[in-house]
Amino acid sequence: MMKPVFMTYTKNDLINLAVCMVLSVLVIPSFITTEYWYTSILIPWLCLALATIGQQIVMGYTGQLALGAAGFMAAGAFAMFNLILRVPDLGFVGSLIVSGLIAAAFGILFGLPSLKVRGIYLMVATLASQFFIIWMIDKFGWFKNYDSSGIITAQDIVILGKPFTTPLAMYFVCLAVTTVLTLLAMNMARGSTGRNWMAVRDMDIAAESMGVSLLRTKVQAFAISAFYCGVAGALFAFCYLKSLEPVAFDIKLSFKILFMCILGGLGTINGAFIGAAFILLFPVLLNAIGNNVFHGAIDATIISSIEQVIFGGLMIIFMIYEPLGMAKLWENIKQKWKTKFPTMNIKNLTSSIGKKS
Amino acid sequence: MVEELLFFMEVLVGGLLAGTMYSLVALGFVLIFKASATFNFSQGAMVFFSVLAFVGFMQDFNIPFVLAFILAALLMVVVGLCTERFVLRPLMNASEDTVLMATIGLGYVLEGLAQAAWGVEVRRLDLGIGDFPVPWIADNLKLFISALDITAGLVAAIMIIGLFLLFKYTKIGLGLRAVADDAGAASSIGIPLKHIMLLVWSAAGVVALVAGCMWGARAGVQFALVDLALKALPVLIIGGFSSIPGAIIGGLIIGAVEKVLEVYIGPFFGGAIEGWAPYVLAIFFLLYRPEGLFGEKIIRRV
Repeated sequence: MMKPVFMTYTKNDLINLAVCMVLSVLVIPSFITTEYWYTSILIPWLCLALATIGQQIVMGYTGQLALGAAGFMAAGAFAMFNLILRVPDLGFVGSLIVSGLIAAAFGILFGLPSLKVRGIYLMVATLASQFFIIWMIDKFGWFKNYDSSGIITAQDIVILGKPFTTPLAMYFVCLAVTTVLTLLAMNMARGSTGRNWMAVRDMDIAAESMGVSLLRTKVQAFAISAFYCGVAGALFAFCYLKSLEPVAFDIKLSFKILFMCILGGLGTINGAFIGAAFILLFPVLLNAIGNNVFHGAIDATIISSIEQVIFGGLMIIFMIYEPLGMAKLWENIKQKWKTKFPTMNIKNLTSSIGKKS
Repeated sequence: MVEELLFFMEVLVGGLLAGTMYSLVALGFVLIFKASATFNFSQGAMVFFSVLAFVGFMQDFNIPFVLAFILAALLMVVVGLCTERFVLRPLMNASEDTVLMATIGLGYVLEGLAQAAWGVEVRRLDLGIGDFPVPWIADNLKLFISALDITAGLVAAIMIIGLFLLFKYTKIGLGLRAVADDAGAASSIGIPLKHIMLLVWSAAGVVALVAGCMWGARAGVQFALVDLALKALPVLIIGGFSSIPGAIIGGLIIGAVEKVLEVYIGPFFGGAIEGWAPYVLAIFFLLYRPEGLFGEKIIRRV
């Protein structure tokens, strides 16, 4: 069913992939040397972008309003902790895959209501998963290995006997996982799987009469989405937080991922990366303005409130003027540029990797 | 045996009365849904916004209680006005899900504005009604029921009756129902859509303020109110999105079930199951009665 990766990609895509890989593997490590950038920006960006891809699959591609990404991330993170603790033979990569699968099992369970309801009804049903998973981890000591402090330190990452503990090494771990899963997601989105998702999103009754099984498509979307969130959660805990606590995966994180998904652009993979970058970097920018322009005259809590107002305001503005988010905005800019300078061949350089075929 | 029964009654009544607080939040939601078929996700943020402004007026500007309440209510009218003008009108023909997401954004804006204006610390709200058992009831019926709970129940009852009468017997109510039924047809026969929307959002804002006062007096005026208000969503699913009596019954069911479960089953699982029990209950309702107890069959079955 799944074709080899290079078969479904055009020359443009391969060039884009090469550009991205050169940038992320060669340029970034050689130019960015401060740890801050890796530990506070690049690593969480990759992790959250991965979770946002999960949200995209269920919301952007399949059109199901879900609000429980952080719950699945928590499931993935704690599964990872327990697998490394109790089944050390699995190794890091094996544990990562199995914790993704465990999160996927939760995704199937809590995705089942989507067969009956949609819209805000489904949102409430997925809220149940958010609260239930966090509660379950919090209340059953086994998941936390009976640690009483509430915050558990994540184990060191060891792949094939080699430790990956420096920020740069962890960045590469996140980069590798994100790249593989992003390529897979693009493949699925472009293949028959993604066509089914979009058919269900655009008109479920028509899709069903064309022979697309709603049950299979929706459950599949929820499972794959939760798998992505689970893996992202494991990476988030092990590479970024370096600790595990259920509170880190509360409803606020779910909303954050929802915002990344919607502002980035529903139904696009590159939107996940744009949205995650925006939501992560914007507060950094605001804080920098607060510190350098106003010299700390504005209280930090006020800055974070302003940030919330701006995110909410942007959400409204995008819903009114460009419901397809920043990814579409980017496409529009490119389109304008192209019509302005038709002779310049900048297409290859600027078309982003997740461009919809 | 009698003591156990009394204890059960106490838990049940306490839960029912606490449930009316959820009902108050749900009520604002139903109002807006009834008149505009919009899922207003920001109702919880409106609760937080309005009560924080109310407490802020009282504590920071030393404005007397009644005047502060009126000012906060006026502020909610302004919020309604801005919402109608800047969010709903441009999204007139957008899909349900788009409007829902815009109201999530609106909620964020309101939460942020409230915290930017009044700060993030927990504020105490004293309504002059104690959150302790009423001695008379405790002596005569052997039930320990908080005065605040009873007040919340009474306030909810008055508001429900008032809104019910408004919808059923006034010209405005007729207009509201007409707009809810078919906004296009209603505006073509001369019902001022703009005014109706403004009215409904202002009313929802005032309802939010009342709900916020009740919650604030119990738990302090703080950000956690927004999360508490999320529980209005399962209430709506159980009661039905378009039914005012449904909001109250749904709230009572959620309040009673979560308290009874918490007290009798919670201890076996380490407690705090009331965090998710309402949502799971809502899922069961979705599976067997998706339109809720009193809702019209508006749900799109797939």
